[in-house]
Amino acid sequence: MSWLTSTRTAPWLMTAAIVILWQAICSAFDVSEFIFPSPIQVARALAEYTGPIAEHSAQTLFTTVAGFAIGVVFGLALGVAVGSSPWLYSATYPLLVAFNSIPKVAFVPILIVWFGIGAVPAVLTAFLISFFPIVVNVATGLATLEPELEDVLRALGASRFDILRKVGLPRSMPYFFASLKVSITLAFVGSVISETVASNLGIGYLMMSASSSNRMALVFAGLVVVSVLAMLMYVVFAWLEMRITGWAHRRGQ
Amino acid sequence: MSSFVRFEDVALSYRNDGEFAIEDVTLSIAPNEFVAVVGPSGCGKSTMMRLCSGLRRPTRGKVEVAGGTVAGPLKIVGMAFQNPTLLPWRTTLDNVLLPLEVVEPYRRQFAAKRRAFAERAMALLGTVGLAEHADKFPWQLSGGMQQRASICRALIHEPQLLMLDEPFAALDAFTREELWCVLRDLWAAKPFTVILVTHDLREAVFLADTVFVMSPRPGRILMRKTIDLARPRDLEITYTDGFIRLVHELRERIGSARQAAEPHRQAAGR
Repeated sequence: MSWLTSTRTAPWLMTAAIVILWQAICSAFDVSEFIFPSPIQVARALAEYTGPIAEHSAQTLFTTVAGFAIGVVFGLALGVAVGSSPWLYSATYPLLVAFNSIPKVAFVPILIVWFGIGAVPAVLTAFLISFFPIVVNVATGLATLEPELEDVLRALGASRFDILRKVGLPRSMPYFFASLKVSITLAFVGSVISETVASNLGIGYLMMSASSSNRMALVFAGLVVVSVLAMLMYVVFAWLEMRITGWAHRRGQ
Repeated sequence: MSSFVRFEDVALSYRNDGEFAIEDVTLSIAPNEFVAVVGPSGCGKSTMMRLCSGLRRPTRGKVEVAGGTVAGPLKIVGMAFQNPTLLPWRTTLDNVLLPLEVVEPYRRQFAAKRRAFAERAMALLGTVGLAEHADKFPWQLSGGMQQRASICRALIHEPQLLMLDEPFAALDAFTREELWCVLRDLWAAKPFTVILVTHDLREAVFLADTVFVMSPRPGRILMRKTIDLARPRDLEITYTDGFIRLVHELRERIGSARQAAEPHRQAAGR
């Protein structure tokens, strides 16, 4: 029975246990589908609406990845700038923290006024919510460079750019990839929030319209689809992280 | 005697608040001389290294290296520290090659001559017994091997001045003595000027031609001791009377300097 205690099967077992518990509660108390659908009802909704769900999730995936991509470019650039200049670090850090503590849903009405209903607010919300962890992590990676290492290179006449290129950037890559995993899941939060308010397409919109027509099972199906998409993207970036910055994770082996 | 490194009444204050890390330091180091700087912690030994390498300018006085006043980073120096600071994403070989990617004139030739440079790095790694480990990553090496690689990195561009800041302090006693011999042999094979900052008096006497003893902060030169032990020196020499007498003499000088500083420190504490 070693598969029961193995860490590989643990996530599957836990997920199965929760689904079974969920089903058991719904069946035992005869909960109405309009309040809290059971897993079987959610699965049925998934099967019934496969076409629309696929269409809407493609849209959500697109807006999320687009917003995330902008977030990566912007976050990396800002992180490098902030991390390599103590002045810029002091100047911008409080502002960044203040900005990050604003709930991003508060930006959606503004974005609707500026860009109208559709994909643009969703992309921008995904961007706004996802860039902060990247900035902080890249800046931290650069700012914590060992002073001796900097001395070795500076004594050789290396420019600040040389040090950044040879040491700073490779060194901050593990921080960068760690932040990508956080950011991609946040990007989904951003795009879905925006879609529920300001779009005619996307999983967020699908869930909103399903809830207004009392199809609760479909709302839950939307939740499942969003979390599966986010998890798949997470896995992609975790894999990239191991491939590219494996050196940072092998110490223990 | 012509000098390769010359300090003239040098003082350095890091914050310009009148509190000096080193003060009134005047010394002269000959070309290819092996110098050790010893003293209690916080006596400004590392400050001297930063002045020599051009990472810092003196607040007062003048620092000359290779006949010119130091006014910026010197490319003719190599440095190694207590912490090997190897880059974990590079193999040992690529770590050793790093300075060649940065320092002119190697930098310009690097792409074209990579193979020749790699051979040179391999030869250097061979002399410190790391040839077989060239393709390993730093985290696959022991502390002593990492420190050997770090010294190779400091020497790959054939610097005229090698500066070592307590390079063996974190190693166990046996590895440390092994690395003394590695450094001794590297220096004997192809002489360069060495400034070795250390706490270890035996290390200083075993390796150096001249030992400078520094006082507690603000660091001043208390004593210049010529080590006239014959070369080549073997580890056996560390058990001879002459060697022990020299170590003892240095120890006494540092001890009296610490005592002299003690009442001073207590007064300041009150």
